[in-house]
Formats: sequence, structure tokens, C-alpha cells
Amino acid sequence: MLYREAGQFKTSYASDQAVFPILQDRIGIFIILAIVFVVIPMAGNDFILNAVMIPFLIFSLAAIGLNLLTGYTGQLSLGTGAFMGVGAYACYKLTTIFPDVNIIVWVIASGFFSAAVGAVFGLPSLRIKGFYLAIATLAAQFFLEWCFTRIPWLYNYNVSAAIEVPQRQLFGIIVTGPRASAETRYLIVLTIVVAMTWMASNIVHGRIGRMWMAVRDMDIAAELMGIRLLPTKLLAFAVSSFYCGVSGAMMVFLWYGGAESTVFNINQSFTILFMIIIGGLGSLLGSFLGAALIYILPIILRFVPPELGVPLHAATVEHISFMVVGALIVFFLIAEPAGLARLWQIGKQKLRVWPFPY
Amino acid sequence: MRAPGGPEVAVGDVLLSVEDVSLAFGGVKAVSDISFDIRKGEIRAIIGPNGAGKTSMLNIINGFYQPQQGRITFKGETRSKMRPHDAAYGGIARTFQNVALFRGMTALDNIMAGRTLKMHKNFFWQLLRYGPAMREEVEHRRFVEEIIDFLKIQEIRRVPVGRLPYGLQKRVELGRALAMEPELLLLDEPMAGMNLEEKEDMSRFVLDVNNYYGTTIALIEHDMGVVMDLSDRVVVLDHGIKIADGTPDEVKRNQAVIDAYLGVAH
Amino acid sequence: MGALYNILIDPFVQMGTAPDLFVQTLWEGLVGGMLYALIALGFVLIFKASGVFNFAQGIMVVFAALTLVGLHSAGVPAFVALALAIVVMFVLAWMVERVVLRPLVNQPDIILFMATFGITYFLIGFGEFVFGGDPKVMITEDLYLPKGSITYKALGGTVSLQKLDIAAAIIASIMVAGLAVFFSKTRIGRALRAVADSHSAALSVGISLEQIWVIVWFAAGLVALVTGIFWGARSDVSFALDVIALKALPVLILGGFTSIPGAIVGGLIIGVGEKLWEFYWGPLIGGGTDAWFAYVIALVFLLFRPQGLFGEKIIERV
Repeated sequence: MLYREAGQFKTSYASDQAVFPILQDRIGIFIILAIVFVVIPMAGNDFILNAVMIPFLIFSLAAIGLNLLTGYTGQLSLGTGAFMGVGAYACYKLTTIFPDVNIIVWVIASGFFSAAVGAVFGLPSLRIKGFYLAIATLAAQFFLEWCFTRIPWLYNYNVSAAIEVPQRQLFGIIVTGPRASAETRYLIVLTIVVAMTWMASNIVHGRIGRMWMAVRDMDIAAELMGIRLLPTKLLAFAVSSFYCGVSGAMMVFLWYGGAESTVFNINQSFTILFMIIIGGLGSLLGSFLGAALIYILPIILRFVPPELGVPLHAATVEHISFMVVGALIVFFLIAEPAGLARLWQIGKQKLRVWPFPY
Repeated sequence: MRAPGGPEVAVGDVLLSVEDVSLAFGGVKAVSDISFDIRKGEIRAIIGPNGAGKTSMLNIINGFYQPQQGRITFKGETRSKMRPHDAAYGGIARTFQNVALFRGMTALDNIMAGRTLKMHKNFFWQLLRYGPAMREEVEHRRFVEEIIDFLKIQEIRRVPVGRLPYGLQKRVELGRALAMEPELLLLDEPMAGMNLEEKEDMSRFVLDVNNYYGTTIALIEHDMGVVMDLSDRVVVLDHGIKIADGTPDEVKRNQAVIDAYLGVAH
Repeated sequence: MGALYNILIDPFVQMGTAPDLFVQTLWEGLVGGMLYALIALGFVLIFKASGVFNFAQGIMVVFAALTLVGLHSAGVPAFVALALAIVVMFVLAWMVERVVLRPLVNQPDIILFMATFGITYFLIGFGEFVFGGDPKVMITEDLYLPKGSITYKALGGTVSLQKLDIAAAIIASIMVAGLAVFFSKTRIGRALRAVADSHSAALSVGISLEQIWVIVWFAAGLVALVTGIFWGARSDVSFALDVIALKALPVLILGGFTSIPGAIVGGLIIGVGEKLWEFYWGPLIGGGTDAWFAYVIALVFLLFRPQGLFGEKIIERV
């Protein structure tokens, strides 16, 4: 009853091609944006911002990155963690070499470094596919991880091989480093994530998105239609790594405040992959939903049971999270391989005909 | 022989010719020393019993397989191997025996994917979408809508193709090939698995494509009635070699062809 | 010039002037390679029979070892614990078939592959939950596995071989030989080969796919248990094993995914290669290169010979 399209006619192809053709969807997006930009910073406390919203946004961005490569283009990659790391270390080097340049510029610029590395490690995709390609991306993951510890120049010869984020300012407000406030960091992360999500949406709804999906679904037919496979795949690797790189840079600079190379290990790669499997391959919304589920689940497990009188060790929480995530993956693959995003779509369909059953 | 009632299309010079083309996979010879040509504006049927090498022949023309020997001349240019990209840009499009649609996309997106060749707005315009990229989308959407009207598939635009019945999938695939504005359209068993009504529809579409768009068509088909009614000339393959080449009437009466189909040992 | 010398000449000089060290390193590499080979063997068993790429093989190794050690530390005598561990692996195989494989029976391979990710994570969480996350010591003595080492004076120096490693090599060889006989001579072995060739053809001659899958996952579980025992004996049972198990993937690339001899040869080549590389060339670039060497080799193979040394060539049809 509420969610009806009746009466919303499209009088031009442009309006038909819009990303949110239904009015209710547009209102919904506006409300969400209003909440995240205005309500949450005002009402939320530091904990919600630091431990929930900021990491959720950062992981969502990495999930979008991996989804572009794996969900839309069909190239399975297990190197996400390493590409995030490239962004983080690139940003660190850039800002320590040029400390006067706006840090946001460096966060975005580090994405380009990631993109270049991603494109190089994407070259094998010309000749190998499927889980063979996944194994090739493992080479990227382990080699880059090794670089992060064994190339001391990357962490400025710091004895502990860790990087510490220097304090940086923007228009007089401290944005990175231990004294940066949670609200400031949250708003910066939010702006970047919203902007990059908008751009990702534009790409996947247009010519490039169709080329990627064609390569995913039937690359032989795509090639015979004139789509050049290698440039298309390399573009996917590059764009995907760009997103992961920015995500990694933000993770270090606007969330953790520092990092060791272990942050960007194979487990990170798997975590992001699980986010997009559960959230929905080939769906931007799914990237957010999956990140929410996988990241917020352990938090819920940590805080809800004590409220209910069942205390759980931190370690137990982690173990149970693993079990639940593993079980969820199997469950989703059996019940709804298209993930939470598809469940959301089905929900909307039901909402359209509500209160009628069909 | 064209079915009566249809306007005749002037058949012109040779558009594509293959000479002495041979292709083998390991020890298995798919085609041996095949030569024939396709004239501009005609409907050329390629027929033969199963395993004769017909699909391999299309794959060679398309650039998917590279023959070990022989030459392919297309629009005056001779080469020993065709690359998929050159074929597509040169104006060769095709449909496949086992419908090769992009299952994750809607019918509209599949056909729009066929326009990729013609869309040029680069990556940075795509990032923005609003502005030049959107105008390009709309322009191509117009073209694709004409194809959708032509094939009468308006209702299923937004349906993911995996959910469409087989006959409609074949039609969408034809639409995707037409979106490339091909000069030469290769159809690999477009009527396979269809009932009589669907075959008549598809035959009508094939004829219309040839008449109104002027597209040259090379067609693999098993249904003899369709072949005889639609095609101008026929090539017959058997066990990888050409055993007949001529008008449908000539081929129908050819003893070697009859033997091949009846399975006479030779 | 000096750098070129260091890379191209010096390592071989080192090998020549201290042959005992070379043989020692070679042996270490062989032992490590044998363990990779055993993990790869588990993969091959399952892949051959069901086309499923069981990413969880590594965690099965850890889980099997943990079960054994956990039971023993709860007071169960060693060989009873061993028997119980075998039973547990059977139950695991049965549950995986029922809960994961059967519902996903017609899905594309990549979905099944991702399902094994789910199994992996579940087992990690479950294993840690039941047995605790800290490293455990393998019950080597209680299983009557030899300790200590044999030392040879040879090649101008000393070469010492751990008795445990020798025992492991022997037992592994017996197991592989046993599997080979099983596959070629027994009825079930033949059924497994039939299923590997074609599910529908096997079904049409009355072979029960479900039974076969349980058998094959159980066999892989047994291999995992043996691997876990020996690996745990060399270096504690911990979840770090899981990441090491990822190295079995390059082994499979080298050896081909469907070949048992390939898994063995591939494992040995990777084991030896990575040890030698790290020992002689590693110091030139900072060490720790065994983290990625195997994968780079796999990458090279993937680019030039994707079917590996023993696998079947992959042809695409339209």
C-alpha cells in the first residue's frame, strides 16, 4: 500500500534509467542520508562512532571494492587485505614525505597506488580464471604482506615495524592522530564513503558495469561481441583495488591510528570476501548489508548476552562469531546465494503488494 | 528459393569467403579444406548431419577458433586468422547453439551490452554518469528500443533472462546480436528446440532482418523446411568436408547429400 | 657485478662447499614437502570424487589433531583417543555431506568452493570453542612415535635426520600406497573413480553418490588426521597450521588437481624449492621468503602450464 509505483510514469528514457526510479526509494535514500549525516553525529556517543559506524563504513567501502571485482566481474580475489595495506602504507609514506599536503588528498591518492598494484596482479587474469585466479591472488596477498614487514622504508625504519599515524589538520581541525575527535573522523569517512559509493553506482549502472557483468556471465560471448577481455578485467582490478586502498588508508588514519602488517593479512581478505558472499555478490547494497552483519555481529555478541545475564569471555565471543559466520555462509549459499541483498529485494516485492499476498 | 510474398533483396558481391580452411583439435579434424563464399544481402544456410563441423565453421568466421590453414577474406581484407575483436568491429555478430545470454542481467541490459562497441564515453564520464555519459546511454537506449519493438519483447525488458522461456531467450539473443548493427549475422541453430509457432515467428524475424536491415545472414539449421524456404544458397558439410554448394533445389537433389543424411556408409 | 655474483653464482658455491648443509636443507625441504603433499592428497581425494575444491582440508588437519590431543588430555588413553578421533572424522564427513553437500548438489563449483570457506570458519570457531585457542603439544610418545635423531657424519660435515621425520615418511608412503591399491583394486575404489568421471553415469549404474561422498570425505579426514599427527609432532598443534595449509594450493597447481602422484611430486618440489630458495637466496632479500615463494611458482605455472605437471588439459567449448 505504501510502496506502490502506480501513477509513477516515466516520460523519458533518462528517468527510466535512473538508479532509483521509484519515488519511495528516493525518499528512503534521502532519509538515510539525513540520519547518517545529521542525527548520528549529534546523538551518537564516541563508542557508537568509533567502534560501530566508522569501521562499518570502512569495511563497506572495502566490500564494495571486492564486490566490483568478484561480484560484478566474476574475478575471485583473495588479495583484498594486501591491497588495503598498499593503500595504508602508501598514504603513510606520502604524508610523512609531504606533511603539508592535505591528508584527505593523500588518502585518495593512495588509492591510485593500490590501483596500480592491483592492475599488475590482475594481469594473470588474461589466462586464468575461477579459483585458479584466486590462487594467483594469494601470491599477491602473501608477497605484499611480506613487503610490508621486510621493506623497512615503508614504515620509516621504525623498530617495531609498525606505523603510527601523525597528527594532521584540516582547516584548523585536527583530523588524524590521537587527538582527533570521533565526530570529525566519522564525518570525513562518511563523506568519502558516500561519494565513492555514488561513483561506484554510476559505473555499474552504465556501459562499464554491463561489460563487467558480461565478462562474469559468459566471457566468450562477451569477447565475440567485441569486448576486450584484458582491459576490462584490468580495469576491474584497478578500480577494485582503488576502493580497497582508500579503505585501508582510512582504516589506519581515521580509525586505528596506527597499524602493523598483520592487520592486512589473509584473514582480512577472507573477512571481506565473506561480507560480500553473505551480503550479496553483484550488489552495492549487499556490500553494506554484509559488512554490517559480519562486523556488528561480534559486537552484539559481546554486549547483549551480559545484559541478558550470560557473561561471555572475549575469546568465546570470537569463537562463536566464527562459528556463526561459517554457518551463515553455508546457510546463505544454500538458501539464497544472492545474499542479503536479494532477501531485501524480495522483501520490497512483498511490500509492493502488501497487504495482498501476491 | 525465397518463400513467396517476400520482397526480393538484391544480392551483391562476395562479403565473406573462406578458402581451404582446415581446423583440427589434437588428432580430430573438425573441418578440412573448406571453401565457400557468402554474398552480400543473401541468406546462406550451412547444413549437414551432426558433427559435420558447422559450428566450428562459424567459430572460425567469428574468430573464436583459429584454423591451422586457409584464408578468410572479409570485406576485401584477407587474413589467415580472424580475431574476435576484429570480427566484432568489422560487423560480424552471432547467436549461439546453447543460448549464451548474460544470465545475471535483464533482457534490456543484455541487448544494451550489444551496443558496447558503439559506446565511447570514457571512464571518467561514467563516474559522473549525469551529463555526457547519460546522454550516450539514452541515445543507445533509443536504438535498442527499436530492436525491442521489432522483436516484440517489450514486456520482458526488465526480466532477468534466466527466468525467460527458451523461445524468448533466443529472441533476446537475436536482439543482442542485432544491437551490434552487424553486416554479417551468424545464426547457430536459431530454431532449435522451438515448436511450430515459435519457428514461424523466428523465420519471420530472420527474413525481416534480411529485408529491412539488409543484413547478410549465415544460418546453421537442421529443419529442412526452414532451410528450403529461407535461404538463397546452401552449403552442405559432412564429416568436416564440403559435399555440396548451391541453391536449395540443387542441393536437395544432390545424391551425396541424400546419402549423408540417410547415413549411407562412405 | 657483485650483486649478479651473489644471485647467480654464490648460492651454488655455498651448496658445493658445504654439501652437508645442502643435504640437510634438502632433507628438511623433503619433509616439509611431504606434509604439504599429504594435505594436497586430501584435496585431490575429494576433488576427484565430487569436483568440490575442499578449502577446509587445512582446518580438518588442525581439527583432527586437536581432537586427538584434546581427548587424550581429558584422560583417554592414547590409542583409544586415536580410535575416537577417527570416529569423529567420520561423523564430520557424514555431517558435511548431509548439511552442506546434499543441499548444494547441483550448484556451480564456485558456490561449493565458497561453502567450504564456511565450513572452514565454522570448524575454526568450533575447534577453538571446544579445545581452546592456545597451542597444544602432540602426544608423540604415547603414540609410540620415535623421538630423537640419527646423525650421520658425511660429506665433510654432519647431517642429522629426525627419527620422527623418517617415521612420517614411511607411514605416509604406506598410506599413499594403500590408497593407490584401494582405488585400483577394490569395488569402492572403482566406484570412486566412476564418480570422479561422471556423476550421472555413476548414478545410472546404481552407485550411491551420497555414500561415496561420505567415504571420500572420511578418507580425506583420515589423511588429515595422519597429517595432523606428524605436523603437530614437529611443531605444536595450533591454528597457524591453517594458513600453512594454504600452501597445498600451489602444490595442486603444480601437480594437477586430479592426480595423486601429482600431489606427492608437487608437494616435494614445493617443499624442497621453498626451503632451498629461502636458505640460499632468502638472506639476499631479507628472509622470510617462504611465505610467498610457493605461490609465485604456482603463478608461473598457471601462466604457462595451467594443468600442472600431471593434470588434464582444459579445453573450452562454445
